[in-house]
Amino acid sequence: MAQGQAALLLLADGRLPAGGYAHSGGLEPTVQAGRVSDAAGLEQFLVGRAETTGFVAAVFAAAACERAVRDDIAALSALESELDARTPSPELRSVSRTLGRQLLRVMSTIHPHPHFALLGTAPHQPVVMGVAAAALGLGPRDAALAILHESVAGPAAAAAKLMRIDPFDVHAALARATERLDRLADAAANHADAPASELPSRGAPLSDIAAEHHRSWNVRLFAS
Amino acid sequence: MAKTTPPNEHRALRIGVAGPVGTGKSSVIATLCRSLSDEFVIGVITNDIYTDEDARFLRSEGVLPAERIRAVETGACPHTAIRDDVTMNLIAIEDLERDFAPLDIVLVESGGDNLTATFSPALIDAQLFVLDVAGGGDVARKGGPGIGGADLLVINKVDLAEHVDVDVEQMVTDAEKAREGRPVLAISRKRPETTSQLCDWVRQLHRAYADGSHAPVDPGPMAPHFHATDDGSHVHSHGGGHTHHQHGHE
Repeated sequence: MAQGQAALLLLADGRLPAGGYAHSGGLEPTVQAGRVSDAAGLEQFLVGRAETTGFVAAVFAAAACERAVRDDIAALSALESELDARTPSPELRSVSRTLGRQLLRVMSTIHPHPHFALLGTAPHQPVVMGVAAAALGLGPRDAALAILHESVAGPAAAAAKLMRIDPFDVHAALARATERLDRLADAAANHADAPASELPSRGAPLSDIAAEHHRSWNVRLFAS
Repeated sequence: MAKTTPPNEHRALRIGVAGPVGTGKSSVIATLCRSLSDEFVIGVITNDIYTDEDARFLRSEGVLPAERIRAVETGACPHTAIRDDVTMNLIAIEDLERDFAPLDIVLVESGGDNLTATFSPALIDAQLFVLDVAGGGDVARKGGPGIGGADLLVINKVDLAEHVDVDVEQMVTDAEKAREGRPVLAISRKRPETTSQLCDWVRQLHRAYADGSHAPVDPGPMAPHFHATDDGSHVHSHGGGHTHHQHGHE
């Protein structure tokens, strides 16, 4: 059995008080636009998210973890700017930094580590996840898996509030996605020691556009 | 309890305002800002469920400079944002305190929720819980953590009592009973003598906070209370650890 499983569960648990519950991972504008309306559509959305922006986040979390394990915190700023470059929507860049700041606030309180003070005020969430994983004794693949888990579990939890859907169907989709998430975490971890500029840049342009629309709404259930 | 907030002797007094939707939380905050802004430098954080309507209302009232009123979006979970996962609000308060230092008081308005939602002591130093007469004269009697344990219970809109057949005195008596002597104020923004009592309460709280004599309390889980049962009365509390008997009589 791998070491650190309990620490990974702590980090990936949606109940960790890091404010993730206020976000739908882009599901709210997608449902509103009529692009997802049933369980099958939700499953495609979740798979798409894991394979694109989820995977990129996982790669950056793995890379951040690898650098934190080596105590090379200076190398994280290159990850920050490369992740900015892979996130066209200003809104999504801002959301990632807000969630990163919240995760940093929690982790530096519940599990203090000298690295946390070196991350700046609002680092990207995957970068914080990578550094937090390292602080908990976890490795790049763990950091990648934690981010991948959140990238689908967040919108899945929001689905019950946004759509007419059976919560069991939602979790059935998550259950079917587990092998995929493991595979993606392996693939993300393989990039962990690559130079920041060489990291993959998969994208989902419509989700960037949807995030910008969502920001302009006067009435919305979720912050993103 | 472990403090989530780093110790800071100079930080503002943080007051939470909770209570059901529509009871007048925003209006209470507007009243406090209007009446106390000559004495205190005040900032406000609102928590909305769908919109930033409350922040907009307060800005449009012109009770404070608009930039000292900030909204936090709680993703349809207003109770979580003030109790289980306060990180978003904590960061918002800390930012406000940093950007407008030194602030004397930060008022945090919860998104309107049900009777069980109270602020975590990790987020605020004291809280008031707002009910109104239009919600029904019997609500105060129902108790619960907010009604029973908040530092102050406000019964709002008492000018409407005669129109909704509520006996304010009775409602206050019920509330005082549910609160075991903790303070209750019946107010209406149309009756300045009542809102000045509210302001006095805040002044007194701020004095106590400043001289270190204010001890934060947590309304927390429901207070122990009596149930009459066939085998006699006994005391228990709802919530965590409540596993020892069945409510066969209900």
